[in-house]
Amino acid sequence: MKPEPVTDGGEAEGDVLAVAEHRRGDLRDVSFEAITAGRQLADDLGGELHIAVIAGNVDGFAETLNREGVDTIHTVDAGEEFNHDLYAGAVESLFEEVEPAALLAPNSVNGLDYAPAVANALDLPYVADAVDFAYDGGFEATREMYGSKVETTVAVSEEPFAVTVRGGEWPGAEGAGDAAVEPFEYEFDGDAAGSRVVGFEEVAGGDVDIAEAEFLVSIGRGIEEEENLELIQELVEVTGATLSSSRPIVDNGWLPKNRQVGQSGKQVTPDVYLAIGISGAVQHVAGMKGAETIVAVNTDPNAPIFDIADYGVVGDLFDVVPALISEFK
Amino acid sequence: MKILVTVKEVGEAADDFEIEGLDVGERFLEYDLNEWDDYAIEAGVQLAEEFDDVEVVSATIGPERSEETIRMALAKGVDRAVRVWDDDVAAADLDVAAKTRLLAAVVEEEEPDLVLSGVQANDDNFGATGVSLADEVGFEWAAVVNHLEMAEDFSTASLHRELEGGIEELTEVDLPAVLTIQTGLNEPRYASLRGIRQAQSKEIAPKTLADLGLDASAVESPIERTAMYEPESESDATYFEGDADEQAARLADVLREKGVVGR
Repeated sequence: MKPEPVTDGGEAEGDVLAVAEHRRGDLRDVSFEAITAGRQLADDLGGELHIAVIAGNVDGFAETLNREGVDTIHTVDAGEEFNHDLYAGAVESLFEEVEPAALLAPNSVNGLDYAPAVANALDLPYVADAVDFAYDGGFEATREMYGSKVETTVAVSEEPFAVTVRGGEWPGAEGAGDAAVEPFEYEFDGDAAGSRVVGFEEVAGGDVDIAEAEFLVSIGRGIEEEENLELIQELVEVTGATLSSSRPIVDNGWLPKNRQVGQSGKQVTPDVYLAIGISGAVQHVAGMKGAETIVAVNTDPNAPIFDIADYGVVGDLFDVVPALISEFK
Repeated sequence: MKILVTVKEVGEAADDFEIEGLDVGERFLEYDLNEWDDYAIEAGVQLAEEFDDVEVVSATIGPERSEETIRMALAKGVDRAVRVWDDDVAAADLDVAAKTRLLAAVVEEEEPDLVLSGVQANDDNFGATGVSLADEVGFEWAAVVNHLEMAEDFSTASLHRELEGGIEELTEVDLPAVLTIQTGLNEPRYASLRGIRQAQSKEIAPKTLADLGLDASAVESPIERTAMYEPESESDATYFEGDADEQAARLADVLREKGVVGR
């Protein structure tokens, strides 16, 4: 017997619908952060917090998502993994069922792949990548612009609206909850969908595992030219460090992908992370903030890397690195 | 076959800048081609080189100033360009929905088989227009593409989507589609002197809202920027003063204290 779809009798004004995320059988941290952010918004709106969990072992996921502050968990038992046609369709249907004041999703890679489509289909004002927000008669989100050099606030004058939240900005929800778990029926024909997920691939491990290193010398755009890698290689040799980098170095093909630290690269937790010529974009910081000691060398005293550094060298790496090499030679 | 590449000119704030009102002061902004779009252009041009009879057209929402950036795209191999602008667009604070409406009108006019768009723009960092556009025009889509192979008949694209944590998703998408392109997909070329010369004679077609069959309501937005400020520095770093030798000496001391050198 198939379960009946949820109905809430139209009492949902002021509610928030937040979408959980999982991959290869595990809920991702952003799901619990979305609960915290969603609860905050639902409190401000005076409504309930609904969580949608779509595809895979939804009953198991629902148990784990049943944390303090969640009112209802909608399980959509269709498909195994993320597929944006499934997510977009299911979220749109659920949205029309729940009629929330706000849709909230993680600003993750998969969030980028369905949330804008849902917002467009439902004609919702869309605010991406909020690092904070407040609701006081109207919704206002805090965002970053110009490579995190400035923060802005944007006000949304229509409801309902959609917002995606940056990972790591809200703490993950904890504590057991007593949410109602409601299966939501959504028919999905994966074969008929215009996009098909056919598998996953892990970025090759290669010769070195930077995640195991105790001392990482990591380089960014500041090294300017591929030839300048030689200088860094020399530092790596005299100090016995392991070489890693931020994204642009890998994009340029100067180092292989297995050396990349960051959101789409590796998470590292060395004793010392020496960041040379790295500005400290949020995607990079996500991969290295767990380092015990962070040392940053950068010419720009306002570079965000200094916000998380324990030690800072404001200076030109082409002066500082040769001097450092001499120290250990 | 026709490929439409969305090209955005973005402002980059100088290291030392001042905020004037709700934006970085004009004199502190340097305009350049959006980094992600550079990879999208390269992807389009490479497909045109690989397959016969492929036209690559760029679409930009931007003022006359942005023609300099558009010429850069043309110099890299884009065949011709469309630039959308008029007084109503200039006066508007364009949100994702407004950009979607403008670009959808261009898509309807151009009828491309494939739309390539940077994942995000490094000025406002929304990362939404490509997927929103796909929904609007009824195309398939894929976001954050870092590997792309096109079927001989342009019916499907096999691609990788770059997920978090060093994992890539392998996906097949039917065309027509919008793909949002991640950096690292390819190696964007520099414009050659010959390309730059040729770009001068390529067409940049200006389009107003009226040309696209739209009116001022297309750029109305319920989202409004209300403040811009420099975030307070959270730095509690210990800074090493002095010249490079002194800084390096202090830094070496720290590395020795932490016991990480010479292991």
